[in-house]
Amino acid sequence: MKGEKIPHERDIVVETVSRLMIPFIQLFALYVIIHGAGGPGGGFQGGVIFGSSFVLFIIAFGIGRVGKRIPEGILTLLTSLGVYIFAGVGLLCLIFTIGAVQYLNYGFVPLTSHFEENRALCMDLVEIGIGITVMAAITSIFFDLAWGRSEKEEERQ
Amino acid sequence: MLEVIVVVFLALGVFFLFVGAIGLLRFPDFYTRLHATGKCDTLGVALVILGLLVYHLFYYSDTPLVCVKLLFLILFIFISNPTATYALMKAAYRTGLKPWKLGDERR
Repeated sequence: MKGEKIPHERDIVVETVSRLMIPFIQLFALYVIIHGAGGPGGGFQGGVIFGSSFVLFIIAFGIGRVGKRIPEGILTLLTSLGVYIFAGVGLLCLIFTIGAVQYLNYGFVPLTSHFEENRALCMDLVEIGIGITVMAAITSIFFDLAWGRSEKEEERQ
Repeated sequence: MLEVIVVVFLALGVFFLFVGAIGLLRFPDFYTRLHATGKCDTLGVALVILGLLVYHLFYYSDTPLVCVKLLFLILFIFISNPTATYALMKAAYRTGLKPWKLGDERR
């Protein structure tokens, strides 16, 4: 029995429950990301939860059906986009405090008129950037693992 | 009186978790172990959270949002835990794991 190929079989219970749970998992991930500035949680944890929702999606519906909907290029794009947001906010601090350089002191970015509000908003922006990167990286890693396995199985036949 | 209700909920929950743990250790094969843990853990965790919910509702009634979160927790555990058990069981059956019969060795 070991090593024998097990084709993906549609399972009505797992698919229905996944359909029910995935939006709530993603909502919880967004909550964790936004909550990260002032409590437990943060960009990395929220990103991992968001990525795990895609992992559940792939496990429940099969790599063949999901892989066409989420192309590899978009994941790479999102991975770098998050890093750009993270670095961009830091560079904005550098630009706006050109006299006395304050790297990662987010209060100096003039989004609103209050120093503390600026800091909170920029912290959330950074968390969102981290979250996007981690989400895309986790999904991409799982895609690589799943595709590799299915390709080997195709070679064996 | 309120403490009695909370303690009863918690004790029932811990009892079910304990029974599930004993089943996990003592049952002979994969299917029977999942049978023990899948059901007992769901009910045990739900009862423990219910006890916490009652406690929070009456002693910290100024933050009722926590109670709503705990209710959602119970709801999602009730949905996802049996589904995980079902998926594991079906995967084991489809890979060809034979159920234990009386007289077989423990696995």
